[in-house]
Amino acid sequence: MDAAPQHLEEAFVLNIRIKFQKYGVMKFIGHLDMMRYFQKAIRRAGIDIAYSEGYSPHQIMSFAAPLGLGVTSDGEYFDIEVNASMSSRESIDALNRVMVEGVSILEYRRLPDTAKPSMSLVAAADYLIYVKPGYESEFHSLPELSRQVSRYYEMQPEILITKQTKKSQLEMNLKDLIYEMKGLNFKDFTLKDGPLPEYGLFLKVSAGSSDNVKPELVLEDFCRFCKIEYNPMKYQVHRLEVYAKSDEIPVKGEQERKSYQNQLKQLKKSFAAQGKTFPEFLPLGQLGKDIR
Amino acid sequence: MRKLALNDEILLKIEKPARYIGNEVNSVMKDPEKADIRFALCFPDVYEIGMSHLGIQILYDMFNQREDVCCERVYSPWSDLHQIMKERQIPLFTLENQSPVKGMDFLGITIQYEMCYTNILQILDLSQIPLMAKERAWEHPLVIGGGPCTYNPEPLAEFFDLFYIGEGETRYYELFDLYKSAREEDCSRAEFLRRACKIPGIYVPSLYEVTYGEDGTIASFEPKYEDVPAVIKKEIQMDLSDTFYPRRPLVPFLKATQDRVVLEIQRGCIRGCRFCQAGMIYRPTRERNLKMLKDCADEMLRSTGHEEISLSSLSSSDYSSLPELLNFLIESKEQGVNISLPSLRIDAFSLEAMKKVQDIRKSSLTFAPEAGSQRLRDVINKGLTEEDILKGAGLAFEGGWQKVKLYFMLGLPTETEEDQKEIPRLADRIARRYYEIPKDRRNGKCQITISASFFVPKPFTPFQWASMYPKEEYLKRARTVNEEMKEQLNRKSLKFNWHEADVTVLEGVFARGDRRVGQVLVKAYQKGCLFDAWTESFDNQKWMEAFEECGISIDFYNLRQRSTEEILPWDFIDCGVSREFLIREWNQAQKGEVTLNCRQRCNGCGAATFGGGVCFEHQN
Repeated sequence: MDAAPQHLEEAFVLNIRIKFQKYGVMKFIGHLDMMRYFQKAIRRAGIDIAYSEGYSPHQIMSFAAPLGLGVTSDGEYFDIEVNASMSSRESIDALNRVMVEGVSILEYRRLPDTAKPSMSLVAAADYLIYVKPGYESEFHSLPELSRQVSRYYEMQPEILITKQTKKSQLEMNLKDLIYEMKGLNFKDFTLKDGPLPEYGLFLKVSAGSSDNVKPELVLEDFCRFCKIEYNPMKYQVHRLEVYAKSDEIPVKGEQERKSYQNQLKQLKKSFAAQGKTFPEFLPLGQLGKDIR
Repeated sequence: MRKLALNDEILLKIEKPARYIGNEVNSVMKDPEKADIRFALCFPDVYEIGMSHLGIQILYDMFNQREDVCCERVYSPWSDLHQIMKERQIPLFTLENQSPVKGMDFLGITIQYEMCYTNILQILDLSQIPLMAKERAWEHPLVIGGGPCTYNPEPLAEFFDLFYIGEGETRYYELFDLYKSAREEDCSRAEFLRRACKIPGIYVPSLYEVTYGEDGTIASFEPKYEDVPAVIKKEIQMDLSDTFYPRRPLVPFLKATQDRVVLEIQRGCIRGCRFCQAGMIYRPTRERNLKMLKDCADEMLRSTGHEEISLSSLSSSDYSSLPELLNFLIESKEQGVNISLPSLRIDAFSLEAMKKVQDIRKSSLTFAPEAGSQRLRDVINKGLTEEDILKGAGLAFEGGWQKVKLYFMLGLPTETEEDQKEIPRLADRIARRYYEIPKDRRNGKCQITISASFFVPKPFTPFQWASMYPKEEYLKRARTVNEEMKEQLNRKSLKFNWHEADVTVLEGVFARGDRRVGQVLVKAYQKGCLFDAWTESFDNQKWMEAFEECGISIDFYNLRQRSTEEILPWDFIDCGVSREFLIREWNQAQKGEVTLNCRQRCNGCGAATFGGGVCFEHQN
């Protein structure tokens, strides 16, 4: 019973983090249009979102990490402020009732009042990359793919690429920014856009405002390394999750920081109790709690 | 999962793939197998423009209310996709089911402006439907046109199987029923058309014969058969409060031109400006009642999630319950809804309302004097006096506004150089009014933007007989205005824009053209003319070649003053406003005499034959 009675909370705004999936034809809707889509969806769902002050007030809403056109996702996040809220379950249902096919709401969680915006916390993201139906894979089996990945990612001491920015060319070492790369058997995955091929590539890469690595960039360099032609149309990129660094404190304010550190300690203990190592990254959604 | 007509490779290569995938909020997904009639509803321009059109939304909602009809939408593919579809022979498809348009029962195209005519040919061409109606068979959809340009459908006559003249609410269901029974009976396409022409408002161009005299004007325009009506009376929805209105309008993903709830408060206009086609063809003025509008507004805001609502009408200030409506809207402002108030007459009342809903510093005031001098304003029957303008602007300036937009037309009948020069002089007098405010109470300079378009005479207006000018003359008149502006005291506060004259010339031909100009459209399209309403794609050179090669004289259509005796291509349409009234107004115009508006006095225009609206306002 951690949630205070609703009427007491109405005077304040609540920070909410929403997680959603994007699939099907919705992968052709760009980031800005998704933001506009959600502005209207929030109103349709009757979510009591807070507005900014001023002559043309706008909804207080911020997205974690923009998704490129053509990419699907199971782990998209945005934060909003609301004046009052129904439970997480009710809010998710209300939102899902007004969604179009290709967008599903997965989570609706309350964040601490001093939570930092998700955008500033983004540190890593997981991706699946697979060959679209109708195209042939150059890697004829999972072992072959895994062998190539190992040659590329594990055996190379560094992976240097040049990234073209607006003003200059930037040399970067992908090796430091790819946290995990492996061939993966997809038998345990079901995506909305099924059916999936039997195997594909899994990537955990650095994400966020600095050192953002686009999975396409890795894929292109990997293809070059394997001496196969890179045809971007052939591959579907799918984002699985977006993470914050687990040791970054996602709240502001003395007291809040302390309470978060306590929470973190608890969490670490419970991991240890289960004999698991505490992860370096936490999904953005885990930083919030369900409203009951 | 919905299968798209275009593959990922194409969709990720072209601009804004969201134009072609459908799936919008409130789109209607039906199983085409379960419908007897498949209808593709088309706005022949790019998606963002087409999605903003209210008429399409009304018909989409109305058609889909019938279980036996599956109505889907289609818009003009942008040039990038056009190229790909041509190269790969991909047939044009509907957004909802992504099915080929050529497999539909009907292709309904709204015809809103002359410069979209080549886009209509593009729609047919990409759909792989023969351009010429006479080459179509039952395997092709029936191509039906509607919208304001059908008040002279003749330039498009060869491309359409049918036209619907008037407001769609009234007769489409009847047409659908007729179609179903015709198909069940297995009757021929020609027989169906023959039956359809008897539905009021339906015009089947192939059932009429036109002959031309030696001077090139129409000698006769007759039905080919006795049972085909000689006159088509426009259809009109008399009760606008108890009728179809989309309570759950479509919400596009892309930012459309109208990214808001649109509340059409009335149709028609009481003013009777002599240049204005809308003011004539939508007569009589009919209002929707307040209750219906409030219900619609609430429901539409809820179902779309839009954060803005706008009123739509030809002259919102003439809506009789405007104060109540505005109060209602201002209340919803508290729920985070922005209000936009176009087409309001500027006076104390409207300024008060605008202050409540807009940021004064950002918004500008709009006046449409249309002509610079009072003399010419009387000729065009624009009941706006200089005093009105200066008073309205004065009030607005005192209230904190400093931006004013002024709309004018150049090339109006009887216009003299003096009339042209009065345009910047009027703008200057408005600026002077601004600078009368003490310096400490005003906010820097005022900005007065003068925009001039060139006048194109339209069918069913008192100016339908008027002559136009060659392109050079329009540009000369624009220069006259520009030179005179530089002479003004407050020239630094004034800015002058004017339209393309090339487009004006073409609009003139297609607004008043006959069947013979249709071939120019085909020629121009074959040369690559497309999206002619878009400056970046308009290619006048190609158009001039097309006219040349077809041997069609632009001057014949534009420079000739028509006599009131002449048979005009649209004479077979009865839009309610009588020829006698238009002639009377044309004569009044020459004398510079004004005609009172419908609420001040009935001028016997003929629209009373519809038996309602403003014509009967003060009777029981």
